[in-house]
Amino acid sequence: MSPSSSPERPLPETSSKVPDIAFKWVAAAAAAMIVVLIVLVGWELYHGSRMSLSKFGFGFLWSSQWDPVQDKYGALPFIFGTLVSSLLALLIAVPLGVATALFLTELAPQRLRQPVVMAIEMLAAVPSVIFGLWGIFVMIPWLRDDLFLWLKRYFGLLPLFQGPIYGVSMLAAGIVIAIMILPIITSISREILRSVPNLQREAAYALGATRWEVLKIAVLSYARRGLFGAAVLGLGRALGETMAVTMVIGNRPQISASLFAPGYTLASVIANEFTEATSDLYQNSLFELGLVLMGVAILVNIAAQIMLKSMTGSGPIKVH
Amino acid sequence: MATSPFLPTESYARWRKMKSAAVTAVLVVCAIAVIAPLFLVIYFLLANGSSSIDWNFFTQLPKPTGELGGGMANAIVGTLTLLAMAAIVGVPIGVLGGIYLAEYGSDRANDWLRFAADVLNGVPSIVWGMVVYLMLVVPFKTFSAYAGGVALGLMMVPLVMRTTEEVLVLVPQSYREAALALGVARWKVIMVIVVRTALKGIATGVIVALARIAGETAPLLFTALGNSFWNHNLKEPIAALPLQIFAYAISPYDDWHRQAWAGALVLMVLILALNVTVRILSRDRNQSP
Amino acid sequence: MKKYLALLALAAIGVSHASAQMLINGAGATFPFPIYSKWFDEYAKIDPSVRFNYQSIGSGGGQKQILAETVDFGASDGPMSDENLAKAPRKLLHIPTVAGADVVSYNLPGAPTLKLDGPTLAAIFLGTITKWNDPAITGQNPGTAIPDVDIVVVHRSDGSGTSYIWTDYLSKVSPEWKQKVGKGTSVSWPTGLGGKGNEGVSGQIKQTPGAIGYIELVYAKQNKLPFADIKNAAGVYITPSIESVTDALATAQIPDDYRFSITNAPGVASYPIASATWLLVYQQQSDPAKGKKLVEFLKWAFKDGEGMASTLLYAPLPDALRKRVLDTVDTIKY
Repeated sequence: MSPSSSPERPLPETSSKVPDIAFKWVAAAAAAMIVVLIVLVGWELYHGSRMSLSKFGFGFLWSSQWDPVQDKYGALPFIFGTLVSSLLALLIAVPLGVATALFLTELAPQRLRQPVVMAIEMLAAVPSVIFGLWGIFVMIPWLRDDLFLWLKRYFGLLPLFQGPIYGVSMLAAGIVIAIMILPIITSISREILRSVPNLQREAAYALGATRWEVLKIAVLSYARRGLFGAAVLGLGRALGETMAVTMVIGNRPQISASLFAPGYTLASVIANEFTEATSDLYQNSLFELGLVLMGVAILVNIAAQIMLKSMTGSGPIKVH
Repeated sequence: MATSPFLPTESYARWRKMKSAAVTAVLVVCAIAVIAPLFLVIYFLLANGSSSIDWNFFTQLPKPTGELGGGMANAIVGTLTLLAMAAIVGVPIGVLGGIYLAEYGSDRANDWLRFAADVLNGVPSIVWGMVVYLMLVVPFKTFSAYAGGVALGLMMVPLVMRTTEEVLVLVPQSYREAALALGVARWKVIMVIVVRTALKGIATGVIVALARIAGETAPLLFTALGNSFWNHNLKEPIAALPLQIFAYAISPYDDWHRQAWAGALVLMVLILALNVTVRILSRDRNQSP
Repeated sequence: MKKYLALLALAAIGVSHASAQMLINGAGATFPFPIYSKWFDEYAKIDPSVRFNYQSIGSGGGQKQILAETVDFGASDGPMSDENLAKAPRKLLHIPTVAGADVVSYNLPGAPTLKLDGPTLAAIFLGTITKWNDPAITGQNPGTAIPDVDIVVVHRSDGSGTSYIWTDYLSKVSPEWKQKVGKGTSVSWPTGLGGKGNEGVSGQIKQTPGAIGYIELVYAKQNKLPFADIKNAAGVYITPSIESVTDALATAQIPDDYRFSITNAPGVASYPIASATWLLVYQQQSDPAKGKKLVEFLKWAFKDGEGMASTLLYAPLPDALRKRVLDTVDTIKY
């Protein structure tokens, strides 16, 4: 990468500034690629979905019909599936992730921290498709034969846990996504908690607070906003998860109150149907789903960045 | 807090201590629950995958449906090829962009660029597949290794750019000033002194990015497509481990399931090896002054 | 370290480039994937200078990708619609290769062989019959113990010729199906789970107690899944087999563009849910070298390849039809 040069290279002649300026512009062009890429992605998706945009308009977002025979398309079941599976994942992952971050920053003996942090980093490195494989052959049978039956028996009165049990389901997708976003939620929460000044904790301890009271009063309330940002960032990741989800969610565009029912997400319908959309309108509609997915993911990411920035940027938050 | 909420009643104090102990226990359980999936996944990868890994797995092509044996040699080489191509696309843009952020850009522009990089990082991987399909597959009328490599490479750009910037700003200002004072052209100062000093950090960032894209499946579905034979021309479809694992995982054949587990094990080892490399590199970096 | 990795990867590219070979890419139907992968594996031994890479992405995908010319040949289990065919930049030929059966597979304790008729199947897939012990099912199967289990319908999530054959059949036997759902490579399913590919559906059936789905015969046999005898147009329950599919093929009227349907065939011994499967090839090949190899392969397939069909449970084309198809292959220009 670096041009070969010997340390005793003679001092360069005071040459023209041309190479200097050229280099700066090349670097600037590379940096600008970021913006170019965002515009390119948005433009290609828009371009690819013009036909369905003009044909269905905003109705596309509210329609729940997905019928390639009649050439009628609507995004609602996929938006529903994406939101529900992602929110389920957050419901599982945020408490677990924050608790683990608390454990790591406040509780764990020094010796234990490093291995646990490493394990979490390794969890983050497991590819989606491997979680999917594991989901199909290990998790789904267990959910179907044990956990779901148990939930149905004890919580079957709730509409959430009614209906036939297939194994592949919205809940299965939520659990797999939760596992996949746990590392990012945990590590960002840990950063946030580490930024809580020790003075906070010491003050609370000095007042005679127990460990839990210290966490609650001094640490959590101080870090609340940042932790929320971590959750939103996790949501951003969850929305776009594709492979593992498509392998466990059941791939059916329906809106059901039951978490045992199969669903479909924006990302997984694209993965399944994109190469084979025979009519132009069909493919346009898939591009529009991509556009919706990217729009939502970007908005969520922007929100998360702003929240995290305001957390780390501003001074200590006053504890009332 | 001035009116101390902690009442000194004996029983209340005991209750508070109990509650605290309970919460401590809950935290420990949560931490175990979070790392448990890792061990579950690794356990099942080893249990189901290791028995199918033999010499043939690394040297042979997949067998047609229903015939026993065969391997994933083409998919393993395919994944390495795609990673190399992704690096060719993603590393120059990422590193140069990082250089711009660290060495040239104004604070204001940089804030926006960093923000844009983080946003780009949040674009779902399947979307990259669609975009590259439109850009490279449809116009050139063929699925290709190029398309797969570009899709993965573009995903690397924001990651490499951010890590490059982060390590470049750690290079002490005095290095730059000393060289500039000697009359060395700025671009040479950057490439020869700044980048070289931070080279290990940059390499770490690149490998982290490679490890992240190595297991990506979604962007390859509509670009690299998959290939049951060797790829002899990058203009043609290419096999990749994640694609092969996906195809085998959703198949009904027990033999293919075993192959999927074996492929997953190999992919996992590859990714962990990249991560271990990162660890070694960053340890060296921490030790050197 | 990065350099070593780069070198390693470059070496890998080098290895794979050691011997240059022509690669002809095809994509489409999963229904004939086993026979095609067998053919391409065998043909690699006969002509080592060419490799046929076939990816089973679904018949919808095969039609779509050959129209976009991103592959050298497509494959589909359903003939293309006039509307889609009109989008082709040049004349696109349908080349029938083999015929096969969609079988109705299920996951029930004891794996009994059930007898089912068209209207019952339509009702199950419409979601109006939801229990295995529904009288419509038990009535056709006196003496078979069928438990009180929820029916889990499994269908294809991708565009598929297997779905085309299935919905074509259901549309012929059930007016309600025809009106509410219709036929196509992908339809709006009233109920059930989606699986990707014949593989995905077989996998779902295997994994899910109470499941019922339609898959290609060979997938059912290889997975040791039970399948039902289906009542045909003549009112006889027929077991899906090569013979009963060949019988259906023999009764069909086949037009010159080879776009025909043999579902619900009239013969007494005809299995009703059967179809040919087609390769989609441009009559004017864009790459002369590839075109030549493709024609050579097709001729081999109809001379020697057809003989392998029955071992993989596909019905070979009758001799007369095979001659007609070979004449058509001769019209391919390159």
